[in-house]
Amino acid sequence: MILEKVWQWLTDGVNWSGPNGIPMRLQEHVIYSLLTVLIAAAIAIPLGTWIAHTGKGKWLVTAANAARAVPSLGLLFVAAMFAGPRLSGDLAYTAPSIVVLVILAIPPIVAGAYAGVSEVDPAARDAAKGMGMTGGQVFTRVELPNALPLIFSGLRSATLQVIATATIAAAVSLGGLGRYLIDGLAQSKYEVMVGGSLLVALLALAVDLLFALIQRTVVSPGLTGRSGRRSARSQRKALEATGSAR
Amino acid sequence: MNYALDNWSDILHRAWQHTLLAGIPLVLGLLIALPLGWLAHSRPRWRNVLVAGSGLLYTIPSLALFIVMPIILGTKILSAWNVIAAMTIYTVALLVRTVTDALDAVPSTVTQAATAMGMTRLKRLFKVDLPLATPVISSGMRVAAVSNVSIVSVASLIGVPQLGYYLTSGYQRQYWDEIFVGIVACLVLALVFDAVIQLIARLLTPWQRVVTR
Repeated sequence: MILEKVWQWLTDGVNWSGPNGIPMRLQEHVIYSLLTVLIAAAIAIPLGTWIAHTGKGKWLVTAANAARAVPSLGLLFVAAMFAGPRLSGDLAYTAPSIVVLVILAIPPIVAGAYAGVSEVDPAARDAAKGMGMTGGQVFTRVELPNALPLIFSGLRSATLQVIATATIAAAVSLGGLGRYLIDGLAQSKYEVMVGGSLLVALLALAVDLLFALIQRTVVSPGLTGRSGRRSARSQRKALEATGSAR
Repeated sequence: MNYALDNWSDILHRAWQHTLLAGIPLVLGLLIALPLGWLAHSRPRWRNVLVAGSGLLYTIPSLALFIVMPIILGTKILSAWNVIAAMTIYTVALLVRTVTDALDAVPSTVTQAATAMGMTRLKRLFKVDLPLATPVISSGMRVAAVSNVSIVSVASLIGVPQLGYYLTSGYQRQYWDEIFVGIVACLVLALVFDAVIQLIARLLTPWQRVVTR
């Protein structure tokens, strides 16, 4: 019967309009998450790849991993308490929330970018150098494309973490789908909490699917094992074209 | 600092509650992830479903999972079992891939030698595969332990008692000392978990010390 109530809440037209409506909350959630991941990626991907490329500053990767032990809820409250009296209006809660979410998203992206570049086959790197590529060319044309699968896996886990943790930020008044969890909790409206939870999980699934599609088009087939099947197919096609099939 | 000294016994009590909420799921999660990871390792057809499927479980927001759990389990919303069940799901989500990778990484020459010595599959699993996979599995356990300690504190938003209480209470009262006590206590607990897992892994793999020396 709780599921019936959830379904009622989800399908009630009243919940689909206004500033507290599902489309508005969803939009807020997407904007905060997107902004966070973009900022975190802009910091973490260059940092992780640079550390792996040069071999300098490896302690930063270790430090970023250790930072995962900091409870995100505590970090969020500290940031909100610090920014509250210093900022005014919406900024008082959006700024600290985004900063904390960025801090949270950086470790997995750095780890992915670092692992991606440092695990590139040394033979491939040597071959590129042997072909006369400069350090920069080796980086952009060999290391980076080879590192893409792991960079993507870092980005994906960071994004999922951000979408999930942005719900907690509703506890410091951030908008987004987390509002349904926190407000529903305050008003003991169980169906609102469950409905909101479902929406967050669906959003996370949809975004991960989108990432999988992007990854499929961006990453070279030679790295994903799809080339094997494809080359067999193209071989057959070549055979068919020359008329020697069968 | 005074806050920590004045509330010493309360902090220890909550730390113990926190330890149970994060630790029991760690053990349960490993017990569930071991057969699943073994299945993914030995049946390539199941691999994608198991590894990707369990990974997806990690995408469910913790607050949401704590709230939905009573519906699935039929427990009260404030029951500690909700948190334990939810944390077990996260642990499984993290460990299935680790166990699969760890078993994959056991050198095939070693497993072939074990088979040639007449070991049955089950005996080989417990005598050869799992011991050799222990270092990788323990590194996965360390990640799971640290993230469990952090996530459990979120349960304070729905009122389940543990160290996260100091975070929510400190924020509501705008009391810095209390919030710092909460963060530091969580960090210390995460470090303790990490050290204990490393110690157990060390005891389980005595040959490692000989090899690296």
